[in-house]
Amino acid sequence: MPRYLLSTHSTAGTTREPMTEEQMRKAWEPIQALEAEMKSAGAWVFSARLHDPDTATVVRVSGDQVVTTDGPFVEAKEHLAGFYIIEAADLDEALGWASKVTRLISSPIEVWPFVDTAGG
Amino acid sequence: MPIVDDALIGRIFREESGRSVASLIRIFGDIDIAEDAVQEAFALALRKWPVNGLPPNPGAWISTTARNRAIDHLRRESRGRELLGQVVDGTETTPGEEVGPVEDDRLRLIFTCCHPALSAEAQIALTLRLLGGLTTAEVARAFLVAEPTMAKRLVRAKHKIKFAHIPYRVPSEAELPERLRPVLAVLYLTYNAGTDGPSGDDLRREAIRLARAIAGLMPDEAEVAGLVALLLLTESRWPARYSPDGALVLLRDQDRASWNGALIEEGHAIVRACLRRNQPGPYQIQAAINAVHSDAASFAATDWNQILALYDQLLSMTPTPVVAMNRAIALGEIHGPQAALDVLDGLDLGEYHLFHAARADLLRRLGRHAEASRAYARAATSAVSEAELIFLNGRLETARAER
Repeated sequence: MPRYLLSTHSTAGTTREPMTEEQMRKAWEPIQALEAEMKSAGAWVFSARLHDPDTATVVRVSGDQVVTTDGPFVEAKEHLAGFYIIEAADLDEALGWASKVTRLISSPIEVWPFVDTAGG
Repeated sequence: MPIVDDALIGRIFREESGRSVASLIRIFGDIDIAEDAVQEAFALALRKWPVNGLPPNPGAWISTTARNRAIDHLRRESRGRELLGQVVDGTETTPGEEVGPVEDDRLRLIFTCCHPALSAEAQIALTLRLLGGLTTAEVARAFLVAEPTMAKRLVRAKHKIKFAHIPYRVPSEAELPERLRPVLAVLYLTYNAGTDGPSGDDLRREAIRLARAIAGLMPDEAEVAGLVALLLLTESRWPARYSPDGALVLLRDQDRASWNGALIEEGHAIVRACLRRNQPGPYQIQAAINAVHSDAASFAATDWNQILALYDQLLSMTPTPVVAMNRAIALGEIHGPQAALDVLDGLDLGEYHLFHAARADLLRRLGRHAEASRAYARAATSAVSEAELIFLNGRLETARAER
């Protein structure tokens, strides 16, 4: 079964107003319901939300040393904010899940196919 | 008995290859395998048919030969043998048996080619290549890009179909309206790409052929029928569209006797059927507008009130500046050029050449020749075809002479 990454991005400098606990719970409920739906459909593999980009750390090889530095490696306005890994029969099915996610979080979703390790 | 030469085989190939490629994609689940095998079958036909004569059913011959070729290739690779075991187990063709392509195959394929996950450019290129049977060089020529650029575009699109698993399937009823839109747009663009440029005749023929095929496969979709009627009625005027010196001839100056009566009759019949069905859409309305034009014995005898009513309906469905412009031109035929000009001057169509050509024509009719010259000149700088350019430059000279 093909696997897809559904990823969502946050734009730097556009942190939203902090939510109250009640608001947070309200926002979270439908997302949890959707995850439950994905699980019962056998589509859900993994999902996660990420902390802000300034919590990220980069390691890279420099000469013969591994150097650790602050910040994401990619200097971009947008950063990965969260993702789902799903299994779907084809792109249309994956896009169906992505449509549901984007409706809930009102931010665009990128749908990336995984390289099939069996060689496809 | 026709002479079996390369031209005849080429024509048969173009008509049959879409069907064969589509059915082989269903069988093998891979576009490249299908394309290569059908190409090989065609190469074999070029060698065999001139000597042996045409087989009784050339299309079936191409499909069967291509399928057997594909199986031969797959047998030679280990991964291929695995794939074969999965997909064509027990469907070996016995001599004399022909592979019956499923009619739905081409329909599935056009929905794959026009999937919204592909860019508009990729959609049209894939459709012409896989369903229209055009070579990569021909597709490149039609869109005025270098062949390697087009080859790269096609490869990238086919990769995306394969690796993102874009399905090979007719969309469900619920998805259909959204998914049909790019299919119809691709066919309409294909036709329009054929109104100028070197492979023009082929592209127009191809667009009409594919539109007819899809209309046959989706008889319940009124807009597909509307598109067929629109293409047929536009094509009916083709013989009158250019003067002997290659200049564009406007509708008002066309020799109506040279219009193609058979296409008009067919187009009218479809428009009438659409009216009875009463599910109007933009293609059907544009077809109806064209039907009103072809009903008129002369430009002056045109029922402009009817045309204006149809444009009002079209504008409410697709409120674009181009539709507003065309509506204004119709308005001008009823209330005079000043009324049309007043509407045009409120539209923002940038450097769109037909907009400036329309303004120029209205200014000319109002006797404002200096302004008309400027508008003709502006239209000429962004004209897309040679015929338009010749026409506009001719008008420009006349307008300058009248100043």
